[in-house]
Amino acid sequence: MPTVFTPPQLDPRHHTERPGDRSGDPGEGDHGSGRRPPTDKRTGGSGDGDNWNDRPVGARGPRERLVQSRIGLASALAGDLMFFIALISAFFVTKANGHFTAHGDWVHEWMPTSIPRILLLNTAVLLFSSVTAEIARRSMFRVHDAMDEWIGLGKPTSRRAALWLSLTLTLGIVFLVGQWIAWQQLAAQHVFFRSNPSSHFFYLITVTHALHLFLGLTALIAALTALRTSRVFASRQIWVDTTVWYWHAMGALWIFLFVLLEFFQ
Amino acid sequence: MNPPRNLAAPGSDSPTQRSAAPHPRLTHHRTIGFAYLALSATALLAGLLLSLVMRLHLAWPDWRLPLHGPVLPEEYLGAVTLHGTLMLFFVLTVAPLWGFGNLILPAQIGSRRTAFPRFNAAAFALTALALLTLLASPFVPGGTAISGWTSYPPMSAIAASGPGQALGMDVWLLSIALFALASCIAAVNMLTTILCLRCDGMVWHRLPLTVWGWFTAALLSLPAFAVLLAALLLLFCDRHLQTGFFLPATLVVNGVLIRTTTDGSPLLWLHLFWFFGHPEVYIAILPGIGLTSMVLANFARRRVFAYRLMIAVTLLIGLLGILVWGHHMFVAGLSPFAGSAFAISTMAIALPASAEVLSWLATIWGSRPRLTSAMLFALGFVSLFVAGGLTGPILAQPILDQYLHNTFFVVAHFHLIMAMAGVFGLFLATYYWFPLLADRTLNETLGRTHFFATLVGAYATFLPMHLTGLAGEPRHYAQFTGIAGPAGTLLASTMPLQRIITFAAIFLAAAQLPFLLNLCITLRSPFPSASNPWDATTMEWAPEAPSTASVPLIVHRGPSEYSLDGQNCYPQWQPLTQPEQPE
Amino acid sequence: MPQAPTLAHRLWHLPLDASLHGPALDQHLLLNLWIVLALLALAHVLVFIGLAKRRTRTPPRRQRTIEYLPIATLALLFTVLAARAETLWQAARYTGADPSALQVEVTGMQFVWYFRYPGPDAIFGAVKPELIAPGEGNPLGRDPTDDSGRDDFISSQLVLPAARQVDLRLRAQDVIHGFSVPDMRLKQNAVPGQTIHIHFTPTAPGDYAILCTQLCGSGHYRMAATLRVLSQSDFDAWVARHRMPAMGATP
Ligand code: HEA
Ligand code: HEA
Ligand code: CUA
Ligand SMILES: [Cu+2]
Repeated sequence: MPTVFTPPQLDPRHHTERPGDRSGDPGEGDHGSGRRPPTDKRTGGSGDGDNWNDRPVGARGPRERLVQSRIGLASALAGDLMFFIALISAFFVTKANGHFTAHGDWVHEWMPTSIPRILLLNTAVLLFSSVTAEIARRSMFRVHDAMDEWIGLGKPTSRRAALWLSLTLTLGIVFLVGQWIAWQQLAAQHVFFRSNPSSHFFYLITVTHALHLFLGLTALIAALTALRTSRVFASRQIWVDTTVWYWHAMGALWIFLFVLLEFFQ
Repeated sequence: MNPPRNLAAPGSDSPTQRSAAPHPRLTHHRTIGFAYLALSATALLAGLLLSLVMRLHLAWPDWRLPLHGPVLPEEYLGAVTLHGTLMLFFVLTVAPLWGFGNLILPAQIGSRRTAFPRFNAAAFALTALALLTLLASPFVPGGTAISGWTSYPPMSAIAASGPGQALGMDVWLLSIALFALASCIAAVNMLTTILCLRCDGMVWHRLPLTVWGWFTAALLSLPAFAVLLAALLLLFCDRHLQTGFFLPATLVVNGVLIRTTTDGSPLLWLHLFWFFGHPEVYIAILPGIGLTSMVLANFARRRVFAYRLMIAVTLLIGLLGILVWGHHMFVAGLSPFAGSAFAISTMAIALPASAEVLSWLATIWGSRPRLTSAMLFALGFVSLFVAGGLTGPILAQPILDQYLHNTFFVVAHFHLIMAMAGVFGLFLATYYWFPLLADRTLNETLGRTHFFATLVGAYATFLPMHLTGLAGEPRHYAQFTGIAGPAGTLLASTMPLQRIITFAAIFLAAAQLPFLLNLCITLRSPFPSASNPWDATTMEWAPEAPSTASVPLIVHRGPSEYSLDGQNCYPQWQPLTQPEQPE
Repeated sequence: MPQAPTLAHRLWHLPLDASLHGPALDQHLLLNLWIVLALLALAHVLVFIGLAKRRTRTPPRRQRTIEYLPIATLALLFTVLAARAETLWQAARYTGADPSALQVEVTGMQFVWYFRYPGPDAIFGAVKPELIAPGEGNPLGRDPTDDSGRDDFISSQLVLPAARQVDLRLRAQDVIHGFSVPDMRLKQNAVPGQTIHIHFTPTAPGDYAILCTQLCGSGHYRMAATLRVLSQSDFDAWVARHRMPAMGATP
């Protein structure tokens, strides 16, 4: 399934007494003859006149639920972004601050924290984990495999995705361990959270990001569990899809934060 | 028995289930909506009692609270802080947005569920936890926090700065952090619901303005509460990890020298807080604004005047709402140039608000509406919104704020527009939607009594506060007597008005008794209400045949369409078959 | 002498007005209040007429006259008010005090105000937070090694000569306080870590209230002080009297 976002077409006019009105269809994806296939049918091709976009909301196939979770995720991430923007504006404000001593000298407490080199390595690991995650996500949507799996010919797709997701999970753990090592290295240089304004922010930013990534790991584990246990293929797709998008977002956020810590201190 | 309405369960449920009861499933939005309302009623009761204690203490400083004794200054400030926090967060954010938002919004957009029911339930659980935490705060050692709902540092950052600023402040922080998190989650659910689950035909320009109000409020809550969370995190670090994001390099509090490693500034908190705080007050009022428009149109039996413009205006209020936070900081150390800029953006926001007022006036103009209790409360909302809103542009002029800032003039401003208009919005929602919520119609006589008493009480309480404010009386003063010198004279000169205000506040609280009585009587009454007693046109009132609970809902027209003479109503679910007058 | 309060002042419960910028501010404030009152009344009249009228055949529909025209009028009104306010604000705040203005440092701490005068050298001596010791008569932490501080003196009342501009530098030691003199139509927060300047000219001799208008703790309500405005000669006498003990206290 392509990853383009197609909002359900809501034309005010097309409801009025269409021939072959499908509005009697049951709401939740159940078509009478079993579940909807995991791919979308949005053309009404083959002359069957069955364009799913003409169906009522809630009965437009699996894509509907997928889009819904993506929108939910996107808005949650927008809020999250504001959280980091607030932290970062505090970062710049604090960096600019200083004070006069009793003797009229301008004191500027900010001592840039030297970024441990291992962060570069961590960044590479995180980037790479996004690649593996994306492979997992794409594999969930490859039409032929997905159809096979949906028909019940084993779980080739889910199994492949699970493999890549596990790899992502491992890389994620490696990243977190790497961050831990970075904090240890700083501690060895006697740079602690409490040392100076710059180190406050270094820790604040890396730790809150690590917490987000930890949440991502939990989501990965949940997605892996869902791949094993969930019986609805569309649900498995959604688990993988949203988890991976979240993971990408955290990767992108990290790049942004890393650039900030590296170049803007 | 009249047919259940589509507020009820999704298709899987027994078709005879009445709309009235909360849904049996815990994650169902109606269950959650009722739970939110119960939660905010608890908070409201606590906040109301606190406000009465505050008023009695202000008018008679020697008055002894039964079972407690005299009210100490820090207890007074604790009461103010709790009152503001409870009312603003747990009443006026929770009830209109998450309470009625869950109960009505899905039905109003023709959906039988919300997008993420489990997240929705989790948000409620967090909110409930937040309320419990906050209500526990008076009982911790040192008592509850005393730094007001705005919690300015250094006071809020340093435990030694006052009683209640130690553990009490930590509890406050925890409570508000939980609340902020919950609101973000609930906002994601609401936004996705509106974006994805509108039924067929419910295009953007057919959404009732209530939905637009909820949508804009949810849209504002995401960034606002996210920023608040970040600010709370920084404040937590300042309190417990010896940072100084909001503290200067050295401070002497209570004779103790405090050094921080950071050259922070208290103003940073003010910026972050008000970046949240101002949108927050619009979050509290936007659902009420939307509902007022719809109810006025319903009873006037015609369209909302300039309906599409009102959509734009609602969004514009939301947008401008995030650009005006500095008007709380004119004399707080903000640069005077920034003050001028924020004055302009704040004056600008008065215009979309005025556009709303004009639309209300035009909608009811010459319509001879039925003056039901719901309609009366909508009119009361208009009145209080204008009365409280008009003082906004006065406060928005920095030079005038230089005189009025932190006086009771401000208290009067926000109690009229937020507390009273907001609470009128809640009453309006209750009277209007009661047939849907409880399958009964509230008694009209008691309803009218309640309305007139509350309106009189509201004005009697909060209009005189403008005068004490103009006389120079500051907020957060535990008493106005017993102070020496010209300051004492100035403060004591307001005492006669203080007593009037207190009497009026007691009357205002007592004016709620008819409402409670009405609730009790009506809930026991055996007579179900008519299925659409107000001839409403929006989807929450759509009747639903019992056997076809799974039939999809389709919207055929915009909200509030009536024939020109007002005799016929054309609800949104009614197909465009019969010939109708042009609009 | 402070002018006798006008009727409008009494109606709106405004206190006396004893500063140079006060009358213009009051005039603008009263203008605002009357306009707002009129708009409030107008809105209610419109509601009542709208309700009382017989039902019109057609609902109002001319958006241009009902929405845009009044909005434009209100926009104009708000612009005029904002512009007037802005000129007053600029006059009060955009520029610093006159170089000849009397310098006074105002320090807020829980729950008192201290007023420090720089003495004849017009220079404030250095203060150090670690030297703060209210019990030992050094509430501001004056540094005894700094010579420019020798002639400084501290008062618990703000005493000012009439008709001379004062430049207040506001500081706070512990938490944010609000320095406010209602009779001077003056208000500005004192923020720890910052020195904020504000200037004004008292016109009429008399005693006026100084209030704290930023919640600062349990004693916030009693953090009051007195502003005493004297004639120039009385002020000179006061300064002469006051400097003596301060001089004596210096080692
Ligand atoms: C929604 C907000 C709200 C509401 C309703 C109120 C209601 C009242 N408030 Fe409050 N108040 C605040 C928000 C609110 N307040 C805030 C934010 C502050 C600032 C705090 C700070 O500085 O930190 C404040 C501060 C404040 C002060 C200033 C204290 C000070 O600074 O010294 C005073 C003093 O008189 C006061 C009084 C009152 C009174 C007498 C009422 C009365 O009106 C109470 C009467 C109540 C009702 C009439 C409501 C009854 C409603 C129902 C029964 C609803 C039914 C429920 C449903 C339908 C769900 N309030
Ligand atoms: C629901 C809440 C709510 C709403 C909607 C508003 C609306 C507005 N507020 Fe208010 N405000 C608060 C809640 C709210 N406020 C609170 C809680 C505080 C105190 C916080 C604290 O310190 O604790 C506060 C404080 C506050 C201040 C800071 C005061 C100070 O601390 O010194 C300012 C200053 O600019 C301000 C301005 C405005 C303005 C310009 C509007 C505008 O949006 C108002 C727009 C409305 C109108 C302009 C009325 C329209 C009607 C007409 C124009 C009539 C038309 C007439 C005819 C047709 C005849 N508000
Ligand atoms: Cu100092 Cu309030
Ligand atoms: Cu505001």
